[in-house]
Amino acid sequence: MKLKLHSKMYSLLLMAMAGPTGHVIAEEFPTAKVNTTGLAVTDTTVTVGQLHSITGTMAISETGSVEAERLAIEQINAMGGVLGRQIKIVQEDGASDWPTFAEKSKKLITQDKVACVFGCWTSASRKAVLPIFEKENNMLYYPTFYEGLEDSKNVIYTGQEATQQIIYGLDWAYENLGARTFYLIGSDYIWPRTSMKIARAHIERYLKKKDPKCKVVGEEYYPLGHTNFGTLINKVKLKKPDLMFTAVVGGSNVAWYKQLKAAGVTSKKYDMLTISTTEDEVLGIGGVNCEGFYSSMKYFQSIDTAENKAFVKAFKARWGDDSVIGDVTQAAYLGPWLWKKTVEKAGSFDIDKIAAASGGIEFKDAPEGFVRIHDTNHHLWSKSKIGKFLKNGQFEIISTSSELIEPNPYPKGYQ
Amino acid sequence: MFDEYTFEELKAILIMQSFGGLSLLCIYVLMGLGLYVVFGQMKVINMAHAEFLVIGSYTMCLASKFVIEVMPEFINYYLWVAIPLAFVVAFIVGWIIEWILISRLYHRPLDTLLATWGLSLIMQQCFRTFIGAREMSATLPEWLMGSWAPTDIIDIPINGLVILATTIILTVGLVFFTNKTRWGLRMRSTSQNRQMSQALGINTKVTDRFTFALACGISGIGGAFLTTVVSTSPTAGTTYIVDSFLVLVLGGLGSLFGLVISGGFLALLSSILEFFMSGSVAKVWLYLIIFVVLAKFTKGLFSSNIRS
Amino acid sequence: MKSQSTPTLTPNEGFLDKLLSGRSSFLSYSLLALILVVILPLTLSEFRLNMCGKYLCYSFCCIGLVLCWGHAGILSLGQGLYFGLGGYSMAMFLKLEASDLESTKIQTTPGIPDFMDWNQLTELPWFWQPYHSFTLTLLLIIILPILLATLLSFFYFKGRVTGVVFAILTQSMVACAWYFIVGNQGFFGGINGMTDLKTLNGWDIREPSSQKILYFITVACLFGCLFFSKWILNSRLGRVLSAQRDKEERVRFSGYDLTAFRVFIFAVAGVLASIGGALFTLQVGFMSPNLIGVVPSIDLIIYTAVGGRLCIVGAVYGSLLVNTARTLFSEAYPTLWVFIYGALFIIIVLALPKGIAGIWSDHLRVRVRSLLKLDKKDKPEKLTT
Repeated sequence: MKLKLHSKMYSLLLMAMAGPTGHVIAEEFPTAKVNTTGLAVTDTTVTVGQLHSITGTMAISETGSVEAERLAIEQINAMGGVLGRQIKIVQEDGASDWPTFAEKSKKLITQDKVACVFGCWTSASRKAVLPIFEKENNMLYYPTFYEGLEDSKNVIYTGQEATQQIIYGLDWAYENLGARTFYLIGSDYIWPRTSMKIARAHIERYLKKKDPKCKVVGEEYYPLGHTNFGTLINKVKLKKPDLMFTAVVGGSNVAWYKQLKAAGVTSKKYDMLTISTTEDEVLGIGGVNCEGFYSSMKYFQSIDTAENKAFVKAFKARWGDDSVIGDVTQAAYLGPWLWKKTVEKAGSFDIDKIAAASGGIEFKDAPEGFVRIHDTNHHLWSKSKIGKFLKNGQFEIISTSSELIEPNPYPKGYQ
Repeated sequence: MFDEYTFEELKAILIMQSFGGLSLLCIYVLMGLGLYVVFGQMKVINMAHAEFLVIGSYTMCLASKFVIEVMPEFINYYLWVAIPLAFVVAFIVGWIIEWILISRLYHRPLDTLLATWGLSLIMQQCFRTFIGAREMSATLPEWLMGSWAPTDIIDIPINGLVILATTIILTVGLVFFTNKTRWGLRMRSTSQNRQMSQALGINTKVTDRFTFALACGISGIGGAFLTTVVSTSPTAGTTYIVDSFLVLVLGGLGSLFGLVISGGFLALLSSILEFFMSGSVAKVWLYLIIFVVLAKFTKGLFSSNIRS
Repeated sequence: MKSQSTPTLTPNEGFLDKLLSGRSSFLSYSLLALILVVILPLTLSEFRLNMCGKYLCYSFCCIGLVLCWGHAGILSLGQGLYFGLGGYSMAMFLKLEASDLESTKIQTTPGIPDFMDWNQLTELPWFWQPYHSFTLTLLLIIILPILLATLLSFFYFKGRVTGVVFAILTQSMVACAWYFIVGNQGFFGGINGMTDLKTLNGWDIREPSSQKILYFITVACLFGCLFFSKWILNSRLGRVLSAQRDKEERVRFSGYDLTAFRVFIFAVAGVLASIGGALFTLQVGFMSPNLIGVVPSIDLIIYTAVGGRLCIVGAVYGSLLVNTARTLFSEAYPTLWVFIYGALFIIIVLALPKGIAGIWSDHLRVRVRSLLKLDKKDKPEKLTT
């Protein structure tokens, strides 16, 4: 499916193409030179793939990423494209089904010969397509915060890996909320489980050194789509933890917060720090149900910088005033930009050259602030932030890490 | 494992856990009620049943959205309009679907299963296209949220109380309706002997249509209440399928009393299992226990007299 | 289910019927072979052929469903369970081979599958041991579904539970299996499934050439299963099964113990699905719990119904057609394809209750016969009552 652009965008596009810059740049980089491996790159266009779930259970979460990637690509096109070439999108539906993701990624790479793919959301879908990207040698820009334990030449991870999100969050809760006893709660799949493993290691090995009272009083996992948390809430009440540390995702999230509120577990009596709830989810949960709890992310829509305000404005202009932007949506927006910068640095669309050139790519004006791809692994240096849920569905940012946090997909001492 | 807690705490947990079980029983009954009417009266398996629950949920969400935008001062009362509305919407959709699709399939019960599965796919996509793929949430009136706390530790969810009341009203109302009214009589006679009923001048076609639509309407009310505890999204229905069928089968297919008993059994079992185990494992044990129980009581925990 | 009678058993079949749907049915098999062995490999690209190979794996389950649902009247909403059993068995073998010391040296415990390492397992669980051997794996692919199907169905069939109750039970069993795998991440890889499978006894299954070979292996296995099923249906066993579907009491009074027959056909369906699952893993290169959920199991029923629930060759066409349609629609209209997909079922159920096979037996047959003037003496009687 080809991208249908707004008429407004079209005029911008035409202007850009008619202007001298596009042609000149494209002539400077002849197709034969920038594309030696037979990708879908012509003198005027380059085709990229977009692979998210538009249908099925994950469509709820992935819609934001689809929109953000499109916005970025339209903006890049309006600026003259990549190496003077306009970006065309081939969109495929992963249908929330991992085998379909694998099938579609193979189609994008071998049939459409796309120059790179922006896509995937869940860890499972990434794991399903990863062997194909490695085998067929193509590039995936993956937007979601994830569990780490992976560092592929063929993936750029634009979200945070687990340690970036968790360690900062737990330290913050230890210092500022006085949290000493922790109850770990997650959905039952690899990301929450690995996250909780890291959290437990951090609590039991590092926080315990500071204060021997630190301990994990409970650890629970519930299957995706689980909607009845009454028993779990009673268990939490019995154990009375200082902090609930949660990574509940999808539809379960909504049920979880609503039932917490109904059972009288509110921020007045309990503290909760989540690593899975962004503005996107709050839309479905209702701000009133999670008001006063905390979230550890690298991006919140309320970040008060000129770059972010411009981004939020552009996003709302393109996708409607009532749209919200969560952490993953912003990370998805980074994908096309990072790819553009990498291609320009490498002076080529060839996958091997892009993979090699990725290390050290910087994006100064990113909505979340300065980010940089790590020199040796394909993750981003980024600043972690703590946000407090507000009633209107936004977050009040109450803490930001002072330094960029190094991505560490294979954390020593946390295994 | 209980050494470290005081007696007071344990008592409080027991009370809350019991109430949680009771709410769960209500949720099971709400899920199963519409299915029971359709299957019990018409021997039709409705795979799109869960989507009618979702229709109810969406009606509630959209109504709350509308109220907030147009007349925010009524936010505390809109529930009394939204719930009948959920019934009406689901009833009408049910009526239309019976007319277009189900009425052609009464002699082929297993085909109904396939057709309604296709229907459920279409309905899900309708929600996604026309309402949006994202999760929705009804803004509830203040009085419905939060909890009633008789002591320091005990919290009884207010929406749990409301769901309990609704379930009782719906169940009793349904019993009254089928046993005491003209329409109920027509429904029962049609389900027992279609040809004889026709001969006696009952319009069985209209009766069928009405029964089906009624079941959908009841599911709509159920859905409207479910949205206060769980999420509402296009695919929310898929999480109800297995459980609502199990409640029905375990209850002996077509016995309202059995439905309540089996809902209670499932609620009790899962409350106990989940208290001592983690979520996924508890679910596995729940299904295995049901499997063994059904192997023993093959006709369900409480099979109806009509069938034997 | 009175309405289902078997077209193959009508006594006065014409010559054409014998060729196309009759007992010899030589023509329909040759046609299928022609399509699968010659036409598809010659016309499709490697990528599309691999997809067809994948769809054919589903048709193993559909053949099983034709036997146990169409002919024996036992509807199973949980064939995904057996598909997964075979798929996971094969995946476990391949995963062990892919997790040699060299490629897993980055792990805390090298030599075990990566997901075990992520879940803090330090040694291979005992039930993984048999999967070191390829022969044992192949045996388990056959034996496990037999054991499981027998265990799951024996008590119910003995208690004379069939129809809706049994269907719902199989559905809850497949849901149970899903939760089991998701809850035991360390042992079975959880939601992610088993990914990154590379070689089979040193043979790289990801190469285009090996995928082509795997396609032909699948087709060969498929024909093996088709002939086996045909043989079952034509034996006395098959007749007892159809008889008990239509008139259960009469068969019981004739002295047959139906439990054994039903368990047998249910187990056969399970084995077929399991073989399909194993081949699926080989062609796709991974296995995931998504394939054994409630929804994929219902999809299997739908493929069968589209093909025609009484026609084993139809099952193959059904799964091929529905999946092709699904893929093409979703490529062309990503946001609309579900509408079309859903509508397809409704139309098929309303207009073609016997599936694609019904197009021939109900509609075309009459036309062709009258065209060939075969129909002068015996008019084709109506098949359904």
